[in-house]
Amino acid sequence: MRLPLLALLARGPAHGYELKQDLELLLGSAYPQPNVGQIYVTLGRLEKSGLIEGEEVEQSSRPNKKIYHLTDAGREALHAWYEETEDEPRVRDEFFMKLALAPQTGLADQIALINKQRRQYLNTMRSLSKLAAAEDRDNRIAHLLIEGAMLHLQADLDWLERCQEELEELE
Amino acid sequence: MSEGPPPLLRAEGLVKTHHGEGAPAHAVRGVDLCVSRGEFVAVTGPSGAGKSTLLHLLGGLQRPDAGRIWLDGERTDSYTEARWAVERRKRIGIVFQFFNLVSNLSVADNVELPALLAGVPPKQARAGREELLAELGLTGKERSMPGELSGGEQQRVALARALVNHPPLLLADEPAGSLDSKGTREVMRLLTRFHQRGQTIVLVTHDARLASAADRVISFFDGRIVDDAELDGTPSRRGGTSGVLELKD
Repeated sequence: MRLPLLALLARGPAHGYELKQDLELLLGSAYPQPNVGQIYVTLGRLEKSGLIEGEEVEQSSRPNKKIYHLTDAGREALHAWYEETEDEPRVRDEFFMKLALAPQTGLADQIALINKQRRQYLNTMRSLSKLAAAEDRDNRIAHLLIEGAMLHLQADLDWLERCQEELEELE
Repeated sequence: MSEGPPPLLRAEGLVKTHHGEGAPAHAVRGVDLCVSRGEFVAVTGPSGAGKSTLLHLLGGLQRPDAGRIWLDGERTDSYTEARWAVERRKRIGIVFQFFNLVSNLSVADNVELPALLAGVPPKQARAGREELLAELGLTGKERSMPGELSGGEQQRVALARALVNHPPLLLADEPAGSLDSKGTREVMRLLTRFHQRGQTIVLVTHDARLASAADRVISFFDGRIVDDAELDGTPSRRGGTSGVLELKD
């Protein structure tokens, strides 16, 4: 969560709870509700590494709050983040290892494994459909996030189909 | 055999082989299937797996080489083509990938025609058409010709036509197959809505997103059912639904 928090601070100073709310609002229900404790811990680490700086602000009726702003080093880290491309999400697949090794072990049937995995993907797909239906129509970012997950799943399901086609021929 | 009403649709030992040029294609190779009233079943599988042939058998558009089909507990073996045509007007609605609208009839006429053919009085047919078109967001398009509409709109007209006689069973053959992702979502939303009102649906699709709208998914491979799963929409292992998408760190 380090870099998303830095990215939110690029806009201007904010305190921890504001950042939590901003993330929730931006990403919608598809995103696991960020734990506020986790956010404070991350902010602490970012401060320690000099990427942000905090300033205590006194509040009359409540405990002090800390407002953070981005440092030059933080801005540079953010630049570097945007410079890099990201790894593909599927370079290593635990399911594939199970499938590939199943005949050697004699412990699982490949087609049964595929069917089981497909059920899991389909159920996840259904959850995502429901999530999409429940999400605020105007929250484009949240919808894109869900659609991305669905397209990945669709590809996984297509690939399971390919596995099934190939492996059934061998039987 | 069992208590309660018979399944809306039942098939046993269905076989269909296509004899074209070259080797015979075994499109459907022994399929048993039961669909209860109110169910939404999706049949998925790669193209060429025979799932469209299966749907055509279920709608009487093709006849099986072997096996039997029951509609609402009634055997259909002795049905003639004409009888199947009547069933497709009254008890079975069908939508296709390429809409199959009558191109030289207006939207209104396309939807009203099956009602009139089924003997519904014209006034009532018009009322039914108006209601469905409004429901499907097509009010104002009554006078349009199918060719003037977008793909998504044409599929909605086709859906209205399929449902105008309130058939207990709706068959859908790749209904989003020629639509963009917006059209696909629209079809998905509408099927879900009709299902929530009790419409029984059998949907054939290779699109898992569309299939996930159903509450039961049948995986079809090489002419056979290889898996038949109820979807409960229970999210995967990692924590609540929101855990489906994760950020790293």
